[in-house]
Amino acid sequence: MLRGLFYLLLVKPLVLFLIGLNVRGRQYLPSSGPAIVVANHNSHLDTLVLMSLFPRALIADVHPVAAADYFFRHRCLKWFALNIIGIVPIDRKPPTRDGDTLAPLLEALDRGKILLLFPEGSRGAPEQRAKFKSGVAHLLSKRPEVPVTPIFFSGLGKCLPKGEFVLVPFFVDVFVAPTMAWNGSRSGFMAELEQTFRVLQDSAKPLQLEDEA
Amino acid sequence: MIPVDLPVNVQVAFACIALLLSIASGISIMLQRRRPERDYGELRQRVKTWWVIVLVFAVAVLINRTTSVIVLGLISFLAFKEYLSLIPTRRTDHRVLFWAYLAIPLQYYWVWAGWYGLFIIFIPVYVFLWLPMRMILIGETQGFLRAIGTLHWGLMICVFSLSHMAFMLVLPAENNPGGGAMGLLIYLVFLTEINDVAQYVWGKSLGKRKIVPKVSPNKTFAGFLGGVLSTAVLAVPLALWLTPFTVYEALGAGLMIGVAGFVGDVTISALKRDLGVKDSGTLLPGHGGILDRLDSLTYTAPLFFHYAYFLHY
Repeated sequence: MLRGLFYLLLVKPLVLFLIGLNVRGRQYLPSSGPAIVVANHNSHLDTLVLMSLFPRALIADVHPVAAADYFFRHRCLKWFALNIIGIVPIDRKPPTRDGDTLAPLLEALDRGKILLLFPEGSRGAPEQRAKFKSGVAHLLSKRPEVPVTPIFFSGLGKCLPKGEFVLVPFFVDVFVAPTMAWNGSRSGFMAELEQTFRVLQDSAKPLQLEDEA
Repeated sequence: MIPVDLPVNVQVAFACIALLLSIASGISIMLQRRRPERDYGELRQRVKTWWVIVLVFAVAVLINRTTSVIVLGLISFLAFKEYLSLIPTRRTDHRVLFWAYLAIPLQYYWVWAGWYGLFIIFIPVYVFLWLPMRMILIGETQGFLRAIGTLHWGLMICVFSLSHMAFMLVLPAENNPGGGAMGLLIYLVFLTEINDVAQYVWGKSLGKRKIVPKVSPNKTFAGFLGGVLSTAVLAVPLALWLTPFTVYEALGAGLMIGVAGFVGDVTISALKRDLGVKDSGTLLPGHGGILDRLDSLTYTAPLFFHYAYFLHY
């Protein structure tokens, strides 16, 4: 309920009017769960823009995966992250590498949820993409039938870079790539994912000049 | 919602625009039916978007002063956002850009209040002096001149120039018995857009010699002259109906809109060519970005405003 209102009254107007999206490949977005959406991360706005791409009816099933150490710093933020944004918390520095970190994500997928994942692990420098961490491959090796949709953002790091709290409006490009499937190997899958993002990143460069009509 | 005392001429003007667009829609549908082998999707999309533009313009003009100022202010905001998204900006200027955006509600507030003195100097003087100072507080000198120059040019084009459209609506209605408060703006926007279309049509049908080959290779002398003359001819009967102009004043207004519209058009073309993009954005399907549609108005709005202001207000 609160989440629905947040989506309608804040996310949609903020993203559509204040920011303004130019989405290419919208037809590739998953229309039902379980599914994983993988995006590059430059700004807190990334999550809101990803949420805005889904229709209102689906929003209850869409959950961003977010760092517990960051979002559980104090009580209010924790409440907001869990109840309004609807995050699935993940431990970025697990004490042991026994795979328990992924348990909440696997459980969410089993309940038919759409998970939003930022494999860079952190927002990093504005408009720079860091190397992906392999968590998504681990996740997929356990649920190989779940489809993965890569999304590349360009411009959100200009609107609200890490460390800023003043939002400056810019039009933002969103490139959605066709769904990827598990290819049997973790390193192979990560290589394929990196390659897909390189292609999306190249298509984000300004369209070549033609003589206008 | 629409005031009952809307001048008859304004009602007729909108009826005529709707009729023109219906004809355009009819032609585009017919062309596609006649020649199914060719793709008229772009043309169809363009005409459809025209309907949306006219609808927004009607809302901007017909309801009341507050609505007009808000809608036109939002158009300035979209244009300025598109401009800033196109040009290279420095990351250090994040807060400066925020201040630049703040100039938009303020500028449109002066319009709403009818405060001509501040409206006319706010951006060219106060904003012009304030933004570089704010940059200097941050202290990055690398690329300073380019950053402040591009920012100010954008504010002048997207906010200062375009806000003249809104100020036309707050000029005293009694000076314009035929068209009332909104007559001047309808006249300006209609002639500017018709001029764009006329220049295109004349250029396509008999244009040969290129007029600005380096900036806009498809623009020709024939297109320019044909467009300006068509606009001037149309300006006279429309003026008697929507403005306080005499016949000669209307002829002058038409020539000015024709020439200034062309210059505005190629100025935005030069900007796009410099940045290596074809369209300024994707907001208006079939047209490109919002600046692609407002390009001519960035020149015609302030020039026509001061022409009319000098003569009749």
